[in-house]
Amino acid sequence: MSKFKKKKSGEMPAVNTASLPDIVFMLLFFFMVATVMRQNTLLIDNNLPFADQVEKLDKKGLVMYIYAGKPSANYRQYGTEARIQLNDKFADVNEIAAFIAAERASKREELIPFLTTALKVDSDANMGLIGDIKQELRKVNALKINYTTKKGTVLGR
Amino acid sequence: MAKRAAPEVNAGSMADIAFLLLIFFLVTTTIEVDSGINRKLPPIEESEEDVIIKQKNIFTVLLNGKDQLLVEDELMELKDLRAAAVEFLDNGGDGSCNYCKGNKDGSSSDNPDKAIISLKNERETTYKTYIAVQNELVAAYNELRNIRAQAQYGMSFVKMQADYRDVNWPGNKETLKEKINQIKVDYPQKLSEVQ
Repeated sequence: MSKFKKKKSGEMPAVNTASLPDIVFMLLFFFMVATVMRQNTLLIDNNLPFADQVEKLDKKGLVMYIYAGKPSANYRQYGTEARIQLNDKFADVNEIAAFIAAERASKREELIPFLTTALKVDSDANMGLIGDIKQELRKVNALKINYTTKKGTVLGR
Repeated sequence: MAKRAAPEVNAGSMADIAFLLLIFFLVTTTIEVDSGINRKLPPIEESEEDVIIKQKNIFTVLLNGKDQLLVEDELMELKDLRAAAVEFLDNGGDGSCNYCKGNKDGSSSDNPDKAIISLKNERETTYKTYIAVQNELVAAYNELRNIRAQAQYGMSFVKMQADYRDVNWPGNKETLKEKINQIKVDYPQKLSEVQ
């Protein structure tokens, strides 16, 4: 056995992975910047209806969200009828006025006229509930509303 | 005493930590912007004087609790609603609308400015159907506005609106805004909802 045995030349050198953390960090920063955390935990089923004549809701900070729909599987103790959800909890129709007032108080005064109420309502909810919500919104003079929908055709179902 | 070099920290697991964070942010990211149908609710104070509107200038759409559609006292499928609304709005019965392409039927609307679409739904109507109907009616208006904008300015109304909202659009926004408003005056969106 010779001491100076030649190394096998067929073996490939390992790929240098030293720059892998850099690449991963780059992606990480991109997603960190692009992330918008969900504001509310949904307690309801929220399967939005489809529409194709939609406009974008531009200013995220100027939108008040009202959710409505059937309580989801984990919250069946609240019944199976469609309910309203405001800020992480179930609410009654008459709590909307207080909710709008609280939202308005948290915004700068000059921005209040531009506030929009986004109604995120489950497609199987019935219009009675929506009518009640709209009536409440009219009472507090929050007249700009947006029926949030998914983009898609209405007829193709 | 001999100076000892500090042992180097093993950075091999840095990639794993970064991956962990990356996957967390990947999962929580929602990039898309919400979109939907914008509406303006009528203010609550009701004026006492009743505005008298001729029956022929009102296009009644009724939605019952079983999601059936009754348009101008006739049952209608959702897919026919858009065409019916366009026909009604673009009728131009009294001849004062020189850009209308409708068939100038005396028993339908006088001109787009007077034509009103009235939508009534019941409490049992599902939201899905309601949105579908709203969508079709908005589509009817958009269709007419597109045709008008194409004839006037050689550009569709939807495109004009998209340009107006686009920050990088190079043209003059003031004149574009004026054009958009002109189209909106030509075909005003008069959609009333009955409680």
